[in-house]
Amino acid sequence: MEHHPETPKLKIEGLNVWIGTTPVLTSVTFDVPEHTILSLIGPARSGKTTLLRALNRLNELNVAFRTAGQVYLSGQPVYGNGMDVASLRRRLGMVFSTPTPLPMSVWDNLTLGPRLKAVQSRTELERLVESSLKAAFLWDEVKDRLRESALKLSGGQQQRLCLARTLMLEPEVLLLDEPCSGLDPISTAKIEEALQELKRILTVVLVTNNVKQAARASDLTGFLLMGELVELNDTEELFTTPQDPRTADYVSGRFG
Amino acid sequence: MLVVILGNIVYVGWGHLSWEFLTQVPRAGMTQGGIYPAIFGTAALVLLMTLAVLPLGVMTAIYLQEYAPQGSRWVPLVRLAVQNLAGVPAIVFGLFGLGFFVSFVGREIDHFLYGGRLVYGQPAILWAALTMALLTLPTVVVTTEEALRAVPQGLREVAYALGATRWQMVHHVVLPQAIGGMLTGGILAVSRGAGEVAPILFTGAAYYLPYLPTHLNDQFMELGYHVYVMTTQSPDVEATKPLLYSTVLVLLLLTFALNFVAVLVRAQFRRRQMR
Repeated sequence: MEHHPETPKLKIEGLNVWIGTTPVLTSVTFDVPEHTILSLIGPARSGKTTLLRALNRLNELNVAFRTAGQVYLSGQPVYGNGMDVASLRRRLGMVFSTPTPLPMSVWDNLTLGPRLKAVQSRTELERLVESSLKAAFLWDEVKDRLRESALKLSGGQQQRLCLARTLMLEPEVLLLDEPCSGLDPISTAKIEEALQELKRILTVVLVTNNVKQAARASDLTGFLLMGELVELNDTEELFTTPQDPRTADYVSGRFG
Repeated sequence: MLVVILGNIVYVGWGHLSWEFLTQVPRAGMTQGGIYPAIFGTAALVLLMTLAVLPLGVMTAIYLQEYAPQGSRWVPLVRLAVQNLAGVPAIVFGLFGLGFFVSFVGREIDHFLYGGRLVYGQPAILWAALTMALLTLPTVVVTTEEALRAVPQGLREVAYALGATRWQMVHHVVLPQAIGGMLTGGILAVSRGAGEVAPILFTGAAYYLPYLPTHLNDQFMELGYHVYVMTTQSPDVEATKPLLYSTVLVLLLLTFALNFVAVLVRAQFRRRQMR
């Protein structure tokens, strides 16, 4: 793929989403530069997850969702007739808020994505499994348990397995939906550490309920409130000198 | 009540049960000999029926559950139709089988392929199996749909998020999850079918045949029908009584065995998922 430094990895333009007739996102517009971690914070039901799932077109699995506006991935329109949704979702890998191991072995979980793409070569799969597990800081814990059921892993291990499973797709963008919401501090730290490493090869959009996590882990932070992107700025500036009083209230913990 | 009925059948029927009874043909107006043709016929019928009903029922359920557009007006109608099918008396299926498969489909096949010679336009094991398949279709559709519904939506989303197409999602994630429940339902449907007599009365079951069916257009003996015949049509009903009890016992044992297999299959799949 050609590289244009001026083209943002993701460009979200006038994105509106409705569930039925209820607006969930209203005119959301922002860019995500390549090799950055962008956090989306905001209270429950502010539209963070819907925004994330609009990026890889997962919302459309539910017919009640309606979407208007456009998203560009490396300048290419995501909402367009020419877009193959399956390959789009491989380029925008997603990790869900609760660990979602499939009831199969660790190996089968990891290799499912490549196998769907008809990658069968054993050596290729082994190389991907090892590099993905290492990137998710899980290799040492499961390298001898690849044939065991993924359901036997601990919650924190399962979530890192899900991260590794997504990395198996070799995505350009990682979409993380509150990936640490149910995890202990050690597992959370491991995932955050993994993200800092991964930033070198890909771009991360991180939805989080945890304001401190956004402050710790991200370069840019956006604050969503009732479907509206109130403010988006460098993480440090957003937390130290918020421009909007609602942002100030939220990050200082006055509501949410 | 169940104990009394079963106890009576086992008590009276056990005495006459022997290897000869299971492996020989009926003799002397069914007052002697065995029931081998009826056992074989039942097995062949059930096998053919399964081959017909499982693909059709499973594909219907997969379509309704995974492919039909959400909010479609047709899907509830199709479900309603399938559920009503389950409420239709078995004898009506028998009449339908006679009218549709034997008199219409069979005769047309004879007309076009055999120049009017009577080959398929008569009661035959094929038509009996297809009639039985229609009877058990609702059970297979409903149990398969339940098994598919039990697969969490989150797992489907995982598959899509990994770049699966709809069929890949169904094939790699939903079916492996649902297969245990689907097999259980299938076996229960089959065991229900194996005990029904009405659908095969007019469509292929024979009163007495000393040989086994070898072609799809052969008639056949069947355990349930054999019981009916011995009770009501035998020249000497009193003399058939011991055989009757044993035949019922064999039929019950076969049905229980199928149900037992269903339980084992379910347990096996549960364990495999947790391995």
